Amino acid sequence: MDLSHTEEEQDFRARLRAWLAKVLPELPAKPSPDDWPGRRAYDLGWQRRLYDAGYAGLHWPLDAGGRGATPTQHLIFLEETERAGAPYVGANFVGLLHAGPTIAAEGTAGQRARWLPPVLRGEEVWCQGFSEPGAGSDLAALRTRAVRDGDAYVVTGSKIWTSHAEVADWCELLVRTDPAAPKHKGISWLAMPMDAPGVTVRPLRTLAGSAEFAEVFLDEVRVPVANRVGAENDGWRVTMVTLSFERGTAFVGEVVACRRTLGALARAARANGRWDDPVLRRRLGRLYGEFGALWRLTQWNVSEAQGSGGVPGIGGSVFKLAYSHARQELYDAAAEVLGAGALSLEEEWTAERLSSLSYTIAAGTSQIQRNIVAERILGLPKGR
Amino acid sequence: MDFRLTEDQRDLRAGVRELLAGRYGREALRESVASGAAVDRRLWRELGEAGFFSLRLPESEGGVGLGLPEAVLVFEEAGRALLPGPLVATHLAAGVVPGAATGSAVVTAFDLGGPLVAHLGEADAVLGAEGMPPGEPVRSVDPLTPLWRSSGVLPPEHREAGALLTAALQLGSALRTVELAVRYAGEREQFGQPIGGFQAVKHLCARMLVRAEVARTAVYAAAVTGDAAEIAAAKLLADEAAVRGARDCLQVHGGMGFTWEADVHLHLKRAWVRAEQWHTAREAEELLAARLGTEAEAEAGADAEPDAESEVAVMG
Repeated sequence: MDLSHTEEEQDFRARLRAWLAKVLPELPAKPSPDDWPGRRAYDLGWQRRLYDAGYAGLHWPLDAGGRGATPTQHLIFLEETERAGAPYVGANFVGLLHAGPTIAAEGTAGQRARWLPPVLRGEEVWCQGFSEPGAGSDLAALRTRAVRDGDAYVVTGSKIWTSHAEVADWCELLVRTDPAAPKHKGISWLAMPMDAPGVTVRPLRTLAGSAEFAEVFLDEVRVPVANRVGAENDGWRVTMVTLSFERGTAFVGEVVACRRTLGALARAARANGRWDDPVLRRRLGRLYGEFGALWRLTQWNVSEAQGSGGVPGIGGSVFKLAYSHARQELYDAAAEVLGAGALSLEEEWTAERLSSLSYTIAAGTSQIQRNIVAERILGLPKGR
Repeated sequence: MDFRLTEDQRDLRAGVRELLAGRYGREALRESVASGAAVDRRLWRELGEAGFFSLRLPESEGGVGLGLPEAVLVFEEAGRALLPGPLVATHLAAGVVPGAATGSAVVTAFDLGGPLVAHLGEADAVLGAEGMPPGEPVRSVDPLTPLWRSSGVLPPEHREAGALLTAALQLGSALRTVELAVRYAGEREQFGQPIGGFQAVKHLCARMLVRAEVARTAVYAAAVTGDAAEIAAAKLLADEAAVRGARDCLQVHGGMGFTWEADVHLHLKRAWVRAEQWHTAREAEELLAARLGTEAEAEAGADAEPDAESEVAVMG
């Protein structure tokens, strides 16, 4: 049980902190949330700066163009960038945290050389074509078909809840290549260019009011067979690699952000007198304790991952369950601090409160996560 | 940074688990419930010989010379076994009260906030008190935690370690109730299948594990840092994991859970007692709020005067 950092890690933190202090004031103004091309340019610009400074793909393996940093260094990176208020990974989320690590782990040398450097340099954006109208929590029920025709797959179907689809260059696409096989077996993982003929993107408005994600319609889209990552019909296993990244460390920076928000909430509550209400004060105190514990849980999970060769373990489900609910409670508490002011959409915490509603749904609903915990960690029988 | 347990720590925990399984297994637990004898002097001395109470005493003073992280692992196992007696107070009294370190003395403490004190009739001393204070016996909710009405002061220097070790007991109990619930859910059949196959039951079990795992991290981290706010958070989360875990476990056990025969009620009742010891939820939340407030001011760079108000809140 060691929570101390080595001299090397402390050096790394100090250099990163100094670099952030220098570079953040030079950044252009943040584009409005609905300006997707603007957001793409902003997020990729930040990625380019990280690349030039040697911080891109920190946690990616060396042979994938990454820096081969330890999970602890990656944790320090996320902690410091968030603490300094650096831009969020944004439009680069899928490329850096899902598709990239999957290609790094499962792709051929040629595939790694084609797709990974543009992600790291901030030149190409990826989106995730997993969910379908009839395949959300039951992802393996997906029906988008890919039929082999010479050296290409012909893809027909539709995807939904696809973040960044409007501005993406590539889509990590799950397709059914063998309709006769059991539902987990006949799936393949393809890299699909978003400008291919037959791809139509229809933006979907979220309850938070923004055009956050989209529906993607695929009408006989030709995707080269060479764009398949992993073996044909082995896409489910490849996907599990991706999801273990998503559930493992993707939310680490956000825990730091939530702790910062709690500090701001305490200041606001003191300023408007709400702090004198013991019920609200105790509620904030409890949240402060919970987010502290969640931060320790990320350190625990990172230590476990470091011990097992870098792939985050199933403890990610425990974290995801606890965190997604704590985040919603945090912004409910924010609304209590604001009172009627929380009804204004101009209020940043109100926008966050709305977007926090997706956390218990996205990346596997809480109900699905509890099934995973019960069946795979606790060993309870499968059933309905 | 490697937060995981070291080899030695894992061995220590396994050793204590084995010792307690042999010395205080389910039959011993039920015997003490039947006889109403919470403190078994022979077992107490055996625990003393095993280093249970002298664990953190320096080797030069006849102790084992280990730290809070190791003590937390040992107390987690005691919580799992539902070992009765004033374990925390006697551990804290090692090196202070003669005989505590070896387990030849039983020491309790005024850790229930004044009106009540546990194990007074079985104790040789009360931590920080001169002589044995008088007390009136009170019928206790927990058959293995006899209570007396009495009053006295809790020595403040022991408050944090006391809260942390009590949190470790709660953690062990919470983890044990997960095991009990999962085992029962896998065995008990209704509608032609084990009830653990039903999503409603699964979700109860999963929620228990999530609460226990978050509490575990909080308790271990607090043991490493020794930070007052982290200790308060650990106590708060471990209390919740133990109390709500026992209630969910009871629910999974259905009608059997409501009987005296299942062990579940013993976990719940002890968890209720521990939740009132050293740090109540209210105290922990106020302490955490005070820390949050202080940190928030510091972050804002406000050079306001020291926050007297939140200090008062901590003491309240």
